[in-house]
Amino acid sequence: MRSSAVRVGNGAGKMSLQVKFFASLREEVGMADLTIEATSMAALRGQLNESLSQDCVTTLFADGVQIAINQKLVTEDWRRDDFEMPPDAEVAFLPRVTGG
Amino acid sequence: MATRYIAVQEDDFDLAAQYQQVRTLGGSDAGAIASFVGLVRDHNKHAGDGGQVSSLTLEHYPGMTESSIDAIIAEAESRWPLLVTQVIHRVGTLQPEDQIVLVLVASGHRDAAFAAAQFIMDYLKTRAVFWKKEASTRGNQWIESTEQDQERSDKWGAQPR
Repeated sequence: MRSSAVRVGNGAGKMSLQVKFFASLREEVGMADLTIEATSMAALRGQLNESLSQDCVTTLFADGVQIAINQKLVTEDWRRDDFEMPPDAEVAFLPRVTGG
Repeated sequence: MATRYIAVQEDDFDLAAQYQQVRTLGGSDAGAIASFVGLVRDHNKHAGDGGQVSSLTLEHYPGMTESSIDAIIAEAESRWPLLVTQVIHRVGTLQPEDQIVLVLVASGHRDAAFAAAQFIMDYLKTRAVFWKKEASTRGNQWIESTEQDQERSDKWGAQPR
């Protein structure tokens, strides 16, 4: 189920986001996690566009998808370009939960 | 001080053993222990037309899933005087008739134990971080919580009673 992390972007010493995908989104993306250098949603989206298909990125940003940062659900509008990413955060893309 | 025990695991659980744990932890203050065990059903409630489910695979987000269950129990504790609460949720691939979830609640009185157990289950169905994929005669499909699940969760209201 887990694939190894793939490093995208370049430059040592930049802030890395550990980006995770779950359930249907993991299947869509074709991997469980990616390491991406980004400090804003615009940068993250840009990097995702470089490594994934356009359809895939559209699915990640579709209605119903939520993100968690460092395992806390983000309730504000995270899709805006200037949404800031905390340094070295774990960013998870979560499809609508099915519940227990 | 209320005691919480949360486990997300692939292994099956033993109701009798868990009940004894809760009973011991509840001590002489416990006047009631309510238990609920959820089982995997063999019919597809989403696709309808009697699609037979051959297996159910549950995925979770280690760490966040446990936190989401902890938040549900905390909410229950704010509404009822609970002594001990245990939630065990299985993940991985399960077959019809397998046990999938256990909720045990010890309280001084039965009303609180019954209500809290039902509340926790209703909230688990909509707020706990799990994703389910059904393998059925109609193929593999990620499933979503139903409107009925949502209504059952909403009926408790946002404010503590």
